[in-house]
Amino acid sequence: MRARLRDTLQLLGPAVVVAAVGLVASVVSAENEIYFLNALVAVAIVVSIYVFVGNSGVLSFGQISFVAAGAFAAGVTTVPLESKTGILPDLFPVLRDHTIGNATSLLLAAAVGGVLAFVVGLPLMRLSGLAAGIATFAVLEITHNLLREWTKIGPGATTLSLVPEAGVLQATLGALVVVAVAFAYQRSRLGRLLRASREDPAAAQAVGVGVHAQRLWAFTLSGALCGFAGGLLVHMLGSITTEQVYLELTFLTLAMLVVGGLTSLWGAVVGALAVSGLDSFLGKAEEGVDIGFTLDVPAGTRLVVVGALMALVLILRPSGLTGGRELGWRRRTA
Amino acid sequence: MSLVAAIDAQTIVDAIGLGAVYALMAVGIGLVFGVLRLVNFAYGQLVMAGAYTLAFTASWPVAGSIAACFAVVIGLSLLMERAVFRPLRTHSPAVMLVTTFAIAFLLQSIALIVDVRDDTIGEPASSVAPLNQAVSIAGVDVRKVTFVAVGVAIVALGLLALLLGRTTIGLQMRAAAADFRTARLLGVRADRVIGFAVLLSGVLAATVAVILTVQNPLVAPDFALKDTIVVLVGVVVGGIDRLWTATLGGFAIGFASGVINGALPTDKSVFLPSAVFALVILVLLLRPAGLFARGHSALVERV
Repeated sequence: MRARLRDTLQLLGPAVVVAAVGLVASVVSAENEIYFLNALVAVAIVVSIYVFVGNSGVLSFGQISFVAAGAFAAGVTTVPLESKTGILPDLFPVLRDHTIGNATSLLLAAAVGGVLAFVVGLPLMRLSGLAAGIATFAVLEITHNLLREWTKIGPGATTLSLVPEAGVLQATLGALVVVAVAFAYQRSRLGRLLRASREDPAAAQAVGVGVHAQRLWAFTLSGALCGFAGGLLVHMLGSITTEQVYLELTFLTLAMLVVGGLTSLWGAVVGALAVSGLDSFLGKAEEGVDIGFTLDVPAGTRLVVVGALMALVLILRPSGLTGGRELGWRRRTA
Repeated sequence: MSLVAAIDAQTIVDAIGLGAVYALMAVGIGLVFGVLRLVNFAYGQLVMAGAYTLAFTASWPVAGSIAACFAVVIGLSLLMERAVFRPLRTHSPAVMLVTTFAIAFLLQSIALIVDVRDDTIGEPASSVAPLNQAVSIAGVDVRKVTFVAVGVAIVALGLLALLLGRTTIGLQMRAAAADFRTARLLGVRADRVIGFAVLLSGVLAATVAVILTVQNPLVAPDFALKDTIVVLVGVVVGGIDRLWTATLGGFAIGFASGVINGALPTDKSVFLPSAVFALVILVLLLRPAGLFARGHSALVERV
């Protein structure tokens, strides 16, 4: 009973927090809404990355390439038909002549991300440590290069605009779906096998865990979720460039994950919300914000403070704000 | 125009110059990795800080300006060791790497704030620019700084070889790189070895800062960022576990980028990064421990 309760709490905690952010987003002024939407999409991306990095313990710099693929897949396929030939003249005919709905495009984005991750992961999951880090980084570079230069599949180096914007509901539900899938995976047999291999690869292999296969499943699932989150991102922004889903987003989302706590779902959610919340608040403060007294900080402070706080958390609490634990009462040491 | 014809002596000379700079950066990154098992992503920001120092002291005599650059970079790298690396020494490589991201991000944002005070991004470092003049040798324009880069790289690597091979601290550093715990048990003082490695990597960063600033006198907050990423790739592809393979990897990737950039017209090279990074992946798959590494050391800790 107690164990069941703890399990429920571990899913409900993150879910309730996400839902609360969505709820607040739907009541605040239109001007402030964007900050909450940002936070929700950040949660979706960071939790998607967590599914692979957190459960496997293998660092990947490549997950944002699946976010990018998903974002452009969902974006290009939902631009209204009448504007398509005007702004995206070089597309493959099949992409140019069809436009799909918002929800369908999210599924497409997830499929694109998942397939891509599977193909990439098939060879790459044999690597670990630094070699894996650099190889996944190479994947990010290749994705960015292709998206930027290949105008048959997207806008190339120009901005993709006129993507229909979706509101708070889609972002909230989307983030909730990602959290729920991540939770289901980490409680499943596959998830546990992978987590065992994270703790001790040699021992896990010795008891029959196929480390390569387990990492590949997680990588594929994470890729699909990343693609989905990319779809959420593009429908939140309405327009996107390849630079927005590249190095900076990679570093920022990884930092969110590590700040929250690499090894738990709760950590991924907390990290994403804490860092993006702080970022938004300081962004407002640069324009001058009233919190009892008027706080007005010089432009550029936001980046410095976010960077300093991230470094500080990592130095003082290297296992993250949550200590890498799920939400719940501390287990008494018997 | 065939590819081969386009690679002329000029391209080769420039590529060697770039390779030399990247080799120096690779040594700086490799030294710290050896003793700390830490990939310092913020290494490029040390170079950036040095470049800004040169820009802000442009009115000083060149020697003074360069001295200030060394002082700032070495000071900053020692500070980084004390404030960041030391508390994190016992933590996982992932945490250490991401922390150096955060530091890189922090230093870059500070640079941005300092830089935009005059409402423009980018500061010119004019005092060291004369080094960028070219002398013509047999029809090939060689910039003076290329001599400096290659010369400094050879001298620095030679000195380093002597230091690591012939001195007590060098022996201790090699011992620490091979097995840190055993080295400590045998009386190697951890702080001293690490401090020394960080000091050397700071000296190298300052050297690189001077060379890169001469080549590209407009200093911006993302100065040397791209170079650092390329060098990191080169270092891992070469084999980060040993200093020489890491250095060779750094040189190789610098030389290769130089040749490719010089040989291909820009409109034909749009998909080149994809090809290069695909090659990187291939090398890593075939030789995960590094292209130049001997044997295949699977880094699985055995109980």
